[in-house]
Amino acid sequence: MYAFQYRKAKTLQEAVDWLAKDEEARPLSGGMTLLPTLKARLAQPSQLIDIAGLAELAGIENKNGVLTIGAATRYYQIATSPVVREVLPALASLVSTVADPQVRNRGTLGGSVANNDPAADSPAAVLALNATVITNKREIAADDFFQGMFTTALEPGELVVKVAFPLPRAAAYCKFPHPASGYAVAGVFIAQTAAGVRVAVTGAGASGVFRWSEAEQALAKDMSAAAIDKLTLAADDINEDIHGSREYRAQLVKVMAGRAAAAISGKK
Amino acid sequence: MAKITLTVNGEKRSAEVEDRTLLANFLRDTLNLTGTHVGCDTSQCGACTVHVDGRAVKSCTMLAAQADGADVLTIEGLAKNGKLHPAQAAFTECHALQCGFCTPGMIMTTAALLKDHPQPTDDEIVHGLEGNLCRCTGYLNIIKAVKRAAELQGK
Ligand SMILES: Cc1cc2nc3c(=O)[nH]c(=O)nc-3n(C[C@H](O)[C@H](O)[C@H](O)COP(=O)(O)OP(=O)(O)OC[C@H]3O[C@@H](n4cnc5c(N)ncnc54)[C@H](O)[C@@H]3O)c2cc1C
Ligand code: FES
Ligand code: FES
Repeated sequence: MYAFQYRKAKTLQEAVDWLAKDEEARPLSGGMTLLPTLKARLAQPSQLIDIAGLAELAGIENKNGVLTIGAATRYYQIATSPVVREVLPALASLVSTVADPQVRNRGTLGGSVANNDPAADSPAAVLALNATVITNKREIAADDFFQGMFTTALEPGELVVKVAFPLPRAAAYCKFPHPASGYAVAGVFIAQTAAGVRVAVTGAGASGVFRWSEAEQALAKDMSAAAIDKLTLAADDINEDIHGSREYRAQLVKVMAGRAAAAISGKK
Repeated sequence: MAKITLTVNGEKRSAEVEDRTLLANFLRDTLNLTGTHVGCDTSQCGACTVHVDGRAVKSCTMLAAQADGADVLTIEGLAKNGKLHPAQAAFTECHALQCGFCTPGMIMTTAALLKDHPQPTDDEIVHGLEGNLCRCTGYLNIIKAVKRAAELQGK
């Protein structure tokens, strides 16, 4: 790692001020993406501003049909939260498939959402559930937040503070994990929301997480694996790498979508 | 430089460390606790697993400065009053190692797993050890050892 200065912020305002004064500074949350990146010398920030302990970024709250989770909430806290397990079990089970226990003990929801890794799990939940990303400056709808691989609507120095998930009628997530890392080779999150059926695909998109509108329309009429079976997912915008070809991934997306639909309705 | 104070295996330790010092390197190089191993550069192998405030973490992917004020347990602190922890005893008994490089991490993860799941199912064991790689054993004896550790712990 290149040298940097480490500073633990005591308040959100302090973190925001420190980041505003130094454009080479980066926020540090769970560090499960940022520290491996630094160890590989792929980045050289001047300072790491530790935001993991900030009270403003903590907590899980279920109020008026909306589940709000602080950005610094660690995966294991979400996975084991009785509230999340009761009102949004699909999210609790999604986070318990991220990586491994040690990574879940450190990694945070906010870090994952801000990072927008094209193979990460949480962005699929945020997008399918039509969640709102709340920052220190504004509220951003999920549809506007994710802007392609590792790219979000966040401005430099802007911090994710909370993510607000309107509770769906039903939801399910299925992924085909990479056997070594656990990252999604293809993952599909389906939610029956007040705004209709929403289907978000991660791991497979050439430009990160995306909504599959044909599947949304088909599942609105018939929430079943059979409805997915009839669709073809154009392979053009699908990612191709050492883990799988375009065609293979497009097929995996269909299989994962079919399983998630069947998990919701019981219909094969 | 960062000034840090933390508890390691029940003892208060203070030190000046470079801000970029990893917890694994602090434990090994500054405190000479070389039972914590470093097996990869990619945060995947889990050989460096220690407990921070009671939870298993990869100490190669945490800064020593992030552990300021924390309670850290390493493999050296696991035995109590000369008595091996059930996970240590079970790994010995079941011959759950060959070269032994992954073993400190495996045992620290097992010890944490048994706190969350005192009677783990096969599935909970396999998924619980997902963050620990072993290049020698093929895992079968490791899984046996985790089950045996659960038995020993219950006694
Ligand atoms: C071995 C391994 C396996 C993994 N497997 C998976 C997997 O299966 N699925 C998966 O989804 N992920 C996986 N991950 C990644 C993991 O989920 C990370 O924890 C997550 O991507 C980042 O969260 P973090 O809190 O660790 O963020 P950090 O590493 O601290 O930060 C990530 C980035 O986001 C920025 N950031 C952090 N918090 C905020 C905030 N509140 N506001 C604005 N910017 C912020 C940081 O500056 C940095 O650029 C894996 C990681 C490892 C090491
Ligand atoms: S050395 Fe820490 S995960 Fe490999
Ligand atoms: S015993 Fe050699 S790596 Fe596990």
